[in-house]
Order: sequence, then C-alpha cells, then structure tokens
Amino acid sequence: MTLRVWSRRRRDKTPHLSGASARLECAQQPVRESLNELYKYRELLYMLAYRDIKARYKQSVMGLLWAILMPVLIVMAGVVVRYAYALASGKPLETADIVGVAVKAVPWAFLVSSVRFGCNCLVGNSNLVTKVYFPKEIVPMAAVLASLFDFAVASAALLILLIALRTSWSVYLLWAPALLLNMILLAAGIAMVVSAASLFFRDVKYIVEVALTFGIFFTPVFYDVSMLGSKGKWLLLNPVAPILEGLNACVAHQHSPQLLWIGYSLGFAMAVFFGGYFFFKHLEPAFAESV
Amino acid sequence: MSDVAVRMEQVYKMFRKGEVYNSLRDLIPALTGRMFRQQDLSESDKREFWALQDMSFEVERGEAFGIIGPNGAGKSTMLKLLSRVMKPTRGSIYLPGKCSALIELGAGFHQDLTGRENIYLYGTILGMTKREIAAKFDDIVDFSGLAEFIDTPIKRYSSGMYTRLGFAVASHVNPDVLLVDEVLSVGDALFQRRCIEYMQTIIQNGATVLFVSHNLRTVAEFCSRTLLIDHGREVTTGPTAKAITEYRSRLQQRRQADQSRPVVITGVEVRDNNGPCNRFQTGQKAWIDIEAVAHQACSKIAVVITVLDENHYELFATSTERLRQGSVSLNPGEVLRCTFEIDLGLGPGAYYLSVGLYRYDTEHRFDNWQGTASLFVWSTDDTTGPVNLFPKVVRHEVSSSGVTRNQVNPPVPNRS
Repeated sequence: MTLRVWSRRRRDKTPHLSGASARLECAQQPVRESLNELYKYRELLYMLAYRDIKARYKQSVMGLLWAILMPVLIVMAGVVVRYAYALASGKPLETADIVGVAVKAVPWAFLVSSVRFGCNCLVGNSNLVTKVYFPKEIVPMAAVLASLFDFAVASAALLILLIALRTSWSVYLLWAPALLLNMILLAAGIAMVVSAASLFFRDVKYIVEVALTFGIFFTPVFYDVSMLGSKGKWLLLNPVAPILEGLNACVAHQHSPQLLWIGYSLGFAMAVFFGGYFFFKHLEPAFAESV
Repeated sequence: MSDVAVRMEQVYKMFRKGEVYNSLRDLIPALTGRMFRQQDLSESDKREFWALQDMSFEVERGEAFGIIGPNGAGKSTMLKLLSRVMKPTRGSIYLPGKCSALIELGAGFHQDLTGRENIYLYGTILGMTKREIAAKFDDIVDFSGLAEFIDTPIKRYSSGMYTRLGFAVASHVNPDVLLVDEVLSVGDALFQRRCIEYMQTIIQNGATVLFVSHNLRTVAEFCSRTLLIDHGREVTTGPTAKAITEYRSRLQQRRQADQSRPVVITGVEVRDNNGPCNRFQTGQKAWIDIEAVAHQACSKIAVVITVLDENHYELFATSTERLRQGSVSLNPGEVLRCTFEIDLGLGPGAYYLSVGLYRYDTEHRFDNWQGTASLFVWSTDDTTGPVNLFPKVVRHEVSSSGVTRNQVNPPVPNRS
C-alpha cells in the first residue's frame, strides 16, 4: 500500500503557461517514487503499445506492409541519390553502398515514426490524460514501443535483403544492439519532449513535421559523412549521425564504429532522455488543465 | 494505521481564465510585446479563479460520503483532485490505498479493438494487472452481459453496450476508495440499479465511497455524511439529511432573491395529521401547504401540484383551477396560501413532489419548484408499481374432484 501525500509551499501558484512569464511551477514528486510508479504501471505500457500496433495494423489494408513501406521508400530515394552521386563523381555504385543506405534507412524510419506518433500521442488520448490517473510518460513511451515493433518487422525484412545480397558479417555486428539502444533513448527523449510541448502549443506538431521532413538532409541517410570530406565531422554533431554511421560501419562495412563519436551520441541521447523525462514530469501536473 | 481513508487539508485550487497562449505563434509575439510594454504582473492576477478554497474534510474507512452542490460549485474539480488527475494549488490530500473512479466509463477504449481486448486495455488503465484481469475476465463478461459480442470491435457497439462494458470493468477493480461522479445519470434504469447495487457491495466490503451527484435522493439513500459546497467553499459537512435541507433552502433562497419573477413560491411543506413528515403509509392522507408571494401584480394564478416517480416520470398532476377553485389575482406584496389534501394511493417507493404557479388560461409559468419534497411511501403489502390498488386476496383455493383444499400461505414479509 503506497502512501501518497502532496504538499506544496504556501505561495506556490498553479502550474500554468501565461504570457511572458511562461511560469511553470509544479511540485515535484520524488524521483524514486515516480520510478516506482512507472514500474507499477509497466503493464499499461505494453497494453498501450499493443493497442497502437493492433489499431494501426487493423486499420490499414496493407497490414504488415505498413512497417516496411516507409523504409522501402527511403531506400529507393537513397538509391536514386546514390546513383546520381555515382554518375557525377565517376565512381561506380557498389552493392555495399546500397546495403549502407538500407541499414541507415530502417533506424531513421524508426526515429521518424517515434517522434511523429509521440508528438500526437497525448493530444490524441486527451480523455485518458484528463480523466484517469497514471504516470503519463507511459503514453509517449508506448508510442516509441509501437514504433519499435514496426522497426523489428522492417529489420526482419532488412535481414532477408542482407542475406540475399550475401553481405558478409563480422564480430562488429555486436555493436548494432548497443547503437540501437542509443537510438531508442534518443527517440524516447524526443518523444517525451514533443508530446508534452504539443499539449501546450498546438503548432508544435507542424514544427516537428517540418523538422522530420528536412532532417533527413542533415543526417547521413542517403549519403555517408565521408563524402563531405573534412567538413563531414560537422554533420556528426547531429546525434543521429554517429549512430547511423556506426551501423553502416559495423553492418555494411565490417569495421568498428568511431568510438569517440558514439560516446558523444550516447551522452547526447542520455541528456535528451533524462532531460526529456524531467521536462515531462515537470509539466505533467498541468496536463489535465491544458487540454 | 488510522481509520481515515481520505483527508483534505485546506485545499485550494486556482485556475486562470482568459489569455492562455496555446500556440507558439501567439506566444512569441506576446513575449516580445511584453518585453517592450512592461505590463505589470498584477493584471494577470485578476484573471485568477479559485475553483476550491479552504476545503478540508475527512472521510473514514467504510463510510459513504456525499458531495453535493449546485452547478459550478467545484464538485468536478474536487473529484479531479481526489483522483489525482489534477494537483491542488495549495494544501494537501491524503489518500492511502487504491483509489478508483467511476468518472468517465470507457476512457481509453479503442474503437478498433474487440470487447475482449478493450477489457484488458481498460483494466490496465484502471491499474489492474494482466493476471488480475485474466482471473476476473469471465466475471466481467458475465456482468456486462455482452458474451456474444466480446470478439466484436467495439465501434459496432451501441452506446449502452459501451457503458455496460466500461462499468463491468470498472466495477471489478476492488478499490479501497471509490469515487463516483454522475455516471448514474447516464444509462437506463437497470443500469442505475446495478450501479447502486455495486456501490452497496463495495461499502459492505469495507471500502469507502465518495459520491458526487445531483440526484439528492440517491445521496440521501447512500451517504451517511454529506458535504455541501457552493462557490468553491464548504457550506456544511454533516448528516446527509441536514446537508440536503440546507442545499434545498439555499436553492430556494436563490430563487426567492430573483426579483424578476412576478410571483414566487416561498414555502412548501408536506405534513400528516401530526405535523411535517415525509414518510407515509400507503393510502394515508397528506396535506401540502403552499405559500407564495407576489413581487408584481399578476392575475389568474393557478397552483399546480405534480407527483413524480424516482425517474421523474409524472404520475399525477392537478391544480386549484382544475379542482374548480377558480383563480386568484395578487397585488405586489400579497401572500397566497393554499393547502391540498391528498390520499397517497401510491405503491411503496420514493416520489418527488413539484409545485408550480401558472396562469391558467395562457399556461404561462410564473414559478415552478421542482422536486420540492420527497415522499417516501411504505406499505405492509408487497406490491410493485407506482400505484396502490389496495389488493386483498378474498379467495385462494385448489379444488379437484369436488374436494376443496384450502391453502393458507404465511403472510408475505414486508418490503418497505
């Protein structure tokens, strides 16, 4: 039996966004208690993810193809870009390049769908947000989990492609799960931030859409960082870039990723994840009032 | 461990009205504008709206506690605070134990999922574990009465089925504290009955129920203590009957203060031959004293009384004019007093009395006081239905081949 007590300092004001002050003062539950609560509600996480997956696959005529559609389109676009690059540079287009595009496209599609579904998850479930108590970070986390399911389906398709193309494998493949974990942290962090922000500001979703549409040009999905020569390292500052480059290195080219950049990306992802979590928990008490 | 199930201590809840920026497009110009104009901050304080102020109460374990009050008094805010969807601005709420709210049945249902899947989904939303739900699954389905449709997507359900499924799940949570909002007002009579039965079992099992309702009769039936709130403040906490009387008199005062009505009912009293009373034996005589005051001159006034059943179906109505008393005209300040005598040929149950003042020829309504009094009718005979036809069994026998065997039953126990 848990004991729930809230107490506030006497001068505390309601959590609220108002004009210039944009004041958001909320009493914080102790972190340990929040985490306990999250653990207690873990089954809800699976149920919400299950609901999202089930609903998504039931609604669409294409069923499982849904998960593969976006990566396939990205890969096709990537092949066009790579072909144009090969023509311009005079270097022939190699199988490894296409494998590289495919390896990067699938996690990128995961990130895009996590952020997109994450952005709408709280707004779309407003009756849950305003009527029932539970730790609300479960909702964006479930959106990420549902996207992860799509990712798993697409990865299975990718695996078949890799086998068909007779890609050789190496011990460096063991890096892939770690890189994936890095990606999940980043996706969950962003999903928490945008889900909460879009509850308060309805135009956040348009900004997110634009960022997702053009983000692919700032991320080495269609191209490799090495193509940009010495200026390529600036692109690695994008925390997604080292992950995708790392996956490309360990899956398509059988060598180790650049550890320094991976470390940077992991640090960035952890900062986004924990920062996003605290941001979310900070705003959570105001959710029911803003919808 | 103390026996307090819920405690609110000096709880305040403030909302802000007016300017709230819900898009960055609006916020950013406002931010820059504010930087140059140096608006004083006190302006934003004027938009503060205190939904609840200085609210303190304690509910003991196993108690049924009612919360009543007019619309906008802060009842829903109170439930949102108790169910932890919102946090108080000041003060603290102590609520150990598992809390469940019958507030929005089926919040979180997904249209495309089947009834079965939604039971699991909604159950986990309400805080049950998957294993618990699996153990109770058959009971839930039985209770909902939707066994045939359990594998149908719920978008094909009717709204009644939807509510039934939601309630079936919600009622299997086994909470320590149950919060009930106006769920009883939706759904048919059978559904309402089930809700009430469920609350009764919950209370019998030692849980605490906090019941927010407009339906004063149900509150009176259930709750031993009741909190009356108005304008976000506690008016009184105490025995339900007292709180309800206070609530009624407040409503009445508010009506009487309304000077725009030409004539206002100022008092209605139901009595038997010993004085004010609201419990009657079927067939008993009752008198209804009505008093009205005119603020403006008005003519052709007829006094109408209506008896309604607990679902507010009109059972009986008559008026001074229809009883061939003619009509009266009043000058400002004059008082009209009128007494009806009725024979309560009603079946056992609870009824409402409404009193109205009408202009008899144009049916223009001067004033109408709905549900002014409750009448509780009891009977030694076990009958159902709203009327009592005073039945007697004058012959009760079985005969075969000319031999009559008289069969005497023991008297049927009372159901009052």
